[in-house]
Amino acid sequence: MALWDLVAGGAAARGGALIAGVRAIPLSSLAGASCLAGRLEALRGRSVILAVQDPLAAAIAMLELDGVVRRMVLCTPDLAAQHLPHVARSAQADVWLGDLESVAPRVDGLALAMEPDPEAVPARVERRATCDTEWVLLTSGTTGVPKLVGHSLRSLTHAIRESTPEASIPVWSTFYDIRRYGGLQIYLRALCAGSLVLPVAGEPAADFLARVAGHGVTHMSGTPSHWRKALMSGAAGRFSPAYVRLSGEIADQGVLDALRAAYPGAVVAHAFASTEAGVAFEVRDGRAGFPADLVAGREGSVDLDVSRGTLRIRSPGNATAYLGPDAPPLKDAEGFVDLGDRLELREGRYYFAGRSGGIINVGGLKVHPEEVEAVINAHPRVLMSLVRSRRNPITGAIVTAEVVLARDAAAEGSPAAQERLRQEILAACRATLAAHKVPALIRFVPALDLTPSGKLVRADA
Amino acid sequence: MNMPVRALIMSVFQEVASEQQRQLATLTDDLKLLKSGLDSLSFALIVARLEDDLGYDPFDTAETFPVTFGDFVKLYEARAAS
Repeated sequence: MALWDLVAGGAAARGGALIAGVRAIPLSSLAGASCLAGRLEALRGRSVILAVQDPLAAAIAMLELDGVVRRMVLCTPDLAAQHLPHVARSAQADVWLGDLESVAPRVDGLALAMEPDPEAVPARVERRATCDTEWVLLTSGTTGVPKLVGHSLRSLTHAIRESTPEASIPVWSTFYDIRRYGGLQIYLRALCAGSLVLPVAGEPAADFLARVAGHGVTHMSGTPSHWRKALMSGAAGRFSPAYVRLSGEIADQGVLDALRAAYPGAVVAHAFASTEAGVAFEVRDGRAGFPADLVAGREGSVDLDVSRGTLRIRSPGNATAYLGPDAPPLKDAEGFVDLGDRLELREGRYYFAGRSGGIINVGGLKVHPEEVEAVINAHPRVLMSLVRSRRNPITGAIVTAEVVLARDAAAEGSPAAQERLRQEILAACRATLAAHKVPALIRFVPALDLTPSGKLVRADA
Repeated sequence: MNMPVRALIMSVFQEVASEQQRQLATLTDDLKLLKSGLDSLSFALIVARLEDDLGYDPFDTAETFPVTFGDFVKLYEARAAS
């Protein structure tokens, strides 16, 4: 079954629409329409990179391409041009479908260039699914090179098919771009049952929330950082959702309580989901973490395992594989996805305690400690360093560093000399790293612990 | 008693704005935080630095998020007084 069949039997029949800016496009009007102006047949069976600026064009193109193209790679507007050759090669892409100015369209092997134009609706097309399209999402990998994560429509809609259908017709919106996993889930949920108000890149939070209120949004999703920003905008009270969803980062008690206070009538749910593992579960009791019996007494198709100290997930919602010639395996030998999310058990409840792989999540942006350490360690007076995460109520986490100085530098231990060194190291970080990767705090320490194999102990990373 | 907290907050706002190369608006009590010229990362750094200086992070028990600069100061002053 292709995406169009889900829409035709779901939201389109119930009067659902795609809403962007002031335009509302009824899903039923897309039955015979195409934003590709009759060029859809030329894409049949190909591997396509979809790189359009406008989320509405992307929303319609995804609907049209599923079941037609062999593979569809979803690029977000912030994809850097330098990564495109890697993306194209890993996806064995042969068609470029896009208008993203930031991304150079000239890549070997990309034959066609065309721009989906939602204004071109309607043009008569025949909806004919001939393959199970592979959906490919990008997620930031080590050193910032995107990883390509393969899904099927079946894996992407797994959590949606298992959820109870809404009695009323929901109007969804999301702070996420719909080409990221969190946003794609909302796009698919809306298309199966209701309407979707699309976010616009760069739109101030207060303006977006005013639009959301104007369209009567009932269901809204975002990361805890998105929600904190909405709460700080002063415009959060302009709408009264029935359902508030958090995902993509650890939801702490502070943000859950603040949302409960802002939306007393709403269900506030935090979902544990990732591009790789899919949606594992949703917690609706208003408390951070999740009850331990969720693991043991679990029914249904999602297997959870915590016996190794991290949360391992085996589910029909798991991605299928990483794509590319040197791609690592996505699942372990037992078929679980383990992203290294460490758990702590306290009084019958599991709490997330950061990633053992060390990735720090600063307001939804990933930081690999090794990348920051490499910059710090390049300073001639630094012996070694350890970059860690520190809890933060605004962005979830911030980056801090512990630095061991070379002996001669440590010996000149005057506070003024140390402060000078600190400033030099910070200057080097600011010169080469994005702002969210620059340590908020640098502490000089006499030594750092190593494991027996000689690796830095990243206990609380 | 409350003045030192307010003065410290103002100096940390200015310090972080300058480090992040952001144009800070004049800090009045009715200034909306999202109109102050600072981004989320700047606020994260401000809260972390204030925690180091004051020994507490009032956000961990706060029920509502501050919207204006005045709300922000009040959040810290309330914690200082408790």
